[in-house]
Amino acid sequence: MSPVPLLAAITADDLLQTGFSGVALGCKYALIALGFSIIFKATGVINFAQGAFVLIGAYFTYSFTQTWELNFYLSVVLAMAAGAVLGVAIEALVLRRLVNEAPVTVIMVTIGILFILDNVVTAIWGPDNRNLGDPWGVSTRELLGVTVADRDMWTMASTGLVLAAFYVFFRFSTLGLAMRAAAVDPEAAMAQGIPARRVYRVSWAIAGMVAALAGTTLAAGSGQLSPATGALALVAFPAMILGGLDSPLGAVVGGIIIGLVQQYTALLAPEYFDWVGESFERVSPYLVMIIILLIRPFGLYGTQEVRRV
Amino acid sequence: MAAIAHAFRAGGPNRDLVLSYAEDVKLLRSPRRSPWRWVFVVACAALFWLLPTYFVGDPGLRILAMCGIFAIGAIGLNLLTGFTGQVSLGHAFFVGAGAYTAAYFGGQRGWSMPAYLLLAALIGFVVGGVIGPFALRLRGNYLVIVTLGLVFLGQHLWSNWDSVTGGGAGISLGAAPMSIGPLDFKEGIELGGEAYSFEQSFFWLVWGLVALGALLAKNLVRSRPGRAMQAIRDRDLSAEVIGVSLARYKVGAFAWSSAYAAVAGALYGLLQQYVSPVEFGLFLAITYLAMIIIGGLGTIFGSVLGALFVWGGRSVIEQNSGQAIFDPLITTGSGEAGIFTIGEFNAVLFGLAIVLFLLFEPRGLAAFWLRIKSWFLTWPFSY
Repeated sequence: MSPVPLLAAITADDLLQTGFSGVALGCKYALIALGFSIIFKATGVINFAQGAFVLIGAYFTYSFTQTWELNFYLSVVLAMAAGAVLGVAIEALVLRRLVNEAPVTVIMVTIGILFILDNVVTAIWGPDNRNLGDPWGVSTRELLGVTVADRDMWTMASTGLVLAAFYVFFRFSTLGLAMRAAAVDPEAAMAQGIPARRVYRVSWAIAGMVAALAGTTLAAGSGQLSPATGALALVAFPAMILGGLDSPLGAVVGGIIIGLVQQYTALLAPEYFDWVGESFERVSPYLVMIIILLIRPFGLYGTQEVRRV
Repeated sequence: MAAIAHAFRAGGPNRDLVLSYAEDVKLLRSPRRSPWRWVFVVACAALFWLLPTYFVGDPGLRILAMCGIFAIGAIGLNLLTGFTGQVSLGHAFFVGAGAYTAAYFGGQRGWSMPAYLLLAALIGFVVGGVIGPFALRLRGNYLVIVTLGLVFLGQHLWSNWDSVTGGGAGISLGAAPMSIGPLDFKEGIELGGEAYSFEQSFFWLVWGLVALGALLAKNLVRSRPGRAMQAIRDRDLSAEVIGVSLARYKVGAFAWSSAYAAVAGALYGLLQQYVSPVEFGLFLAITYLAMIIIGGLGTIFGSVLGALFVWGGRSVIEQNSGQAIFDPLITTGSGEAGIFTIGEFNAVLFGLAIVLFLLFEPRGLAAFWLRIKSWFLTWPFSY
């Protein structure tokens, strides 16, 4: 393909390829952000420990495939179940006592949990990089003129699937309806006989499940699994907040925007605006987030907070 | 209850009887009316002198000086978070700004210490004032995440602004002068013919500044701006309705808090003699928040307690990790039994401390003191 004249050093192929990898990366962020948003929607808690859930989920998958030598897909399902148990346990042990506390309290508690879990993971599994043992490895295929990694295809498919499952769950199931009601007005929901405890528990369980899936997609590939994997979850914060804290759709849209922004900065910044400094792609998501929040303080799809005097 | 207890004391009007507003907000009343506060002040002054000269060796003084540096930053964050209710994960950014101000103007340009410390405070104040308006547009959780972004943007800036910050490798403060008038803290000050070490001198410098900062902060929170800040914390809408200017006090709180952070950063650089971008990351920001929560949100005294507890505790464990009681938990080298490395163990304890304090004593260490005090005040009808 001929080079695009506007961007002398970068061909249309490059742009397409980057766009694709941006969406793939964005889907990983979206999966993490979905876990954040489901907890926030139901309980109003920003769960900083989600990064640790992601990490532990990935290590669960690793243990099931490598130590127990189970089938990979079965391992992922098992890891998601284990993630759900972990989520419920954290909710029952700690967060249950903090319903209706100030945001700073809840945030700091989840940060405390993050520290504990992260370091326990390192203590159990060690600091080395490991192979997750996924069947996708580093294999790629050609699609519409771009090279596509198999694991990226799987990531995108599972993000789409999770979003669809969320939609079906919230739209058609009784519990989903209860959760939506509890999110809109906890007190009115409780007055209608909606079990708040169960709503909280289920939302933490779902977050744990999605986190395990997200961790698996993040760690897929060759030697990608290490305790540092959890730190990637921090980049999901801009994604989540950009889409609006309480919107699953926003989490996915925000994730993809952040993924694209990151990949395109990595491609274009060294060529056209190198004054921003090395590896600007690490911080560009935060910059985009700040700019969008100043224009729309509750994100793209977030519920505007109504304040009455 | 308290009134009955006071009836048992012989002579004079009730100790807590105040006749004017000025008397009500007084820090120190006469020794007869608030004896324990005087005991506390005298004890602090005595410790200030005696700790470096008699009780603690140079390594211990380094740790205590670091605690003092954290205390200054924590007082600043408490003004913002504890008194104004604006949660910020961005404190590390302002600390970094102060550290690099000292490194550039002190270490590279050779300014004198009072000059670059004041400039650090000023730069912190201005940068905080620029960031402050974000708090007018964003609230609660959204503000937390934006300030989190600030830390990452800051780290990027420190890593790339090579001419000032030395880039990712960091910058030395070895050449920064550290003297005020005839007192040279770097070589160790001389007082009354006696020469003291760098650690002793620096301890006095830092804790002197802690006292100054605490007094300044106390004056701020017990006067009009402080009441406005607390009204905003308790309910910003009501505060606005009764005429408190949100813009003025939110931005002001950010500015003051970052001025404190910047001074803490400058002192941190002076003690370490070297600063690099990785030090001003999320972990530092979280450490500061943990300090004010563990110490006590909304108390100046608690900020100092929290800094002593968090940093002191971490250092004590680091130094005693070889002891037998830690053997099953901490491994100090390859092959030796133990679950955690020292860093991991400290991080787990740190996390546990945050969780346990918030669950069981959300008012922090300062509340222990308040409880003891009320026990004695209501004696003999304490329960």
